[in-house]
Amino acid sequence: MSPTLVAARAGLARGRIELKQTLTAPGEVIAFLATTGGFLAAMLSARHTPVPGTDFSLGISRLVSVLALDIGLYGIMQMGDRLVGDREDGTLLRAKAIPNGLLGYLLGKVVNISAQIVLAVATTLTVGAFLVNGLAIDDPGSWLTLAWVLGLGLLATLPLGAVLGSLFPNTRSTALLLLALGGLAAISGIFYPITRLPAYLQWTAQVFPLYWLGLGMRSALLPHTMAAVEIGHSWRHLATIGVLTAWAITGLALAPIVMRRTTRRESGSKVAARREKAMLGR
Amino acid sequence: MDCVLDVSDLRMRYGKTDVLTGVSFVARRGEVLALLGPNGAGKTTTIEILEGFRGRSAGRVSVLGVDPAHGDEAWRARTGVVLQSWRDHARWRVRELLAHLGRYYAPYSAPGLTRPWDVDDLLATVGLGEHARKRVRELSGGQRRRLDVAIGIVGRPELLFLDEPTAGFDPEGRREFHDVVHRLADREEATILLTTHDLDEAERLADRILVLAGGTIIADGSADELSRAMSTGSEVRWSRDGQRFVHAADDATAFVRELFRQYGESIEDLEVHRASLEETYMALVRKAENAAPRRLTAVAA
Repeated sequence: MSPTLVAARAGLARGRIELKQTLTAPGEVIAFLATTGGFLAAMLSARHTPVPGTDFSLGISRLVSVLALDIGLYGIMQMGDRLVGDREDGTLLRAKAIPNGLLGYLLGKVVNISAQIVLAVATTLTVGAFLVNGLAIDDPGSWLTLAWVLGLGLLATLPLGAVLGSLFPNTRSTALLLLALGGLAAISGIFYPITRLPAYLQWTAQVFPLYWLGLGMRSALLPHTMAAVEIGHSWRHLATIGVLTAWAITGLALAPIVMRRTTRRESGSKVAARREKAMLGR
Repeated sequence: MDCVLDVSDLRMRYGKTDVLTGVSFVARRGEVLALLGPNGAGKTTTIEILEGFRGRSAGRVSVLGVDPAHGDEAWRARTGVVLQSWRDHARWRVRELLAHLGRYYAPYSAPGLTRPWDVDDLLATVGLGEHARKRVRELSGGQRRRLDVAIGIVGRPELLFLDEPTAGFDPEGRREFHDVVHRLADREEATILLTTHDLDEAERLADRILVLAGGTIIADGSADELSRAMSTGSEVRWSRDGQRFVHAADDATAFVRELFRQYGESIEDLEVHRASLEETYMALVRKAENAAPRRLTAVAA
């Protein structure tokens, strides 16, 4: 077997091991439940409120839209945060010190985080489907759309998360990332229809993948009549594919360059310096 | 190939500071080299350049026949780096982590050299057999360092880098670690380059000692050769008629011969001590430091 293939298989195994560790760590399980619970609470609170201009439940629209936030939260935020943390504590340097270790490391991350995204989406949808009626889940077309939005979503967010994770200097600074994601969520039509926002905010939101992920999820799981309250009164599938693909290509092109640049700079003395700094700071 | 490390006129400059001003040395297969030097002498910089983790300003460096700045993954598989763990892989179990990291080396086996090292055998070798199922974060500091060593050698490296391997070890842990290094060098024929502050450790482990000071290698040889070259001399102690005597002699043999010729049977409790490596080392570094101001003036001019 070629060394690259061996490392790829080791990377898949690494992803499984890391996932198991994530799912058995009390802190992470609590964070997962709190996030999912929070999203469901946002849905329930608006269960009987109609989406403006329709008699459809805003709660159900939120339930579907937060699936996009799941992808953004794990794919960008967690991917970035883990990468920064692993650089800080020397995990990345260890990967660098073994042959094809970085390939295995990165693949492990992708497997672990993708699985968490699928799990978060599945949990939110399953619990949500029990709590409310009105999701378009009987139609096989819905699942097909959900599948490609999810797949494109992973491609658009994970490399982007890796780029951001390489650019941020330490784990404290990644809190900014969460802040930015929160701001973006507020203007991306996740909790409220984007057409009710001022035009400049609509344009800002449409630059980033989060809005398009939400739109894609709504197109998959809401009745087709709901397209009426979207921009252009359409689900705009082509535009969704176009923008998400553009982000995926940008991320996939930038990630290896940026990651190579930051990992090249890693050495034992750099990790030791960060350790000393962290210990003094405590 | 017999020459594992070949460094000539290695230079490193950070901004306007010259850290390495021309480092040259070689290491043959199976040799254990200790790199000594005061803090800030450039030990870590040197070792990181050889590991391929750091670029260099000038000079020729060959590690296992390859320039480490352009070392590929096959080259990486032949080297081992012992890094100091901190919080990394805290949730992994010891055996699980070692087995995982070993997998990457499997395609790099060579005739007569099966990579990676058998995990259970390796755990026993570094004395972690009974902790195999523990999580990394549950290990004590000394156990963690042993895991670091195990990770560094899991690929059966032909060349192993150890930067301050026993910092923070208790004497027992230190001795066990020394056994591991001896076994590696003898049984595996690995070449080992280590940096240390512990002169006793350097003397015990290394075939050859390099002293790095003022950005260059100021001494290169076995502990004996160094002390001879520095003619730090020996200390002769004896007693005669119930009285104790101490004398520092450059040529201890000649001195003792003369002593017996003069006093014969009345000499008792004779002891001859060669200067310790510590004394030799201190003398070397002092000499280099005294020379340093002149060199700096020359640069300024």
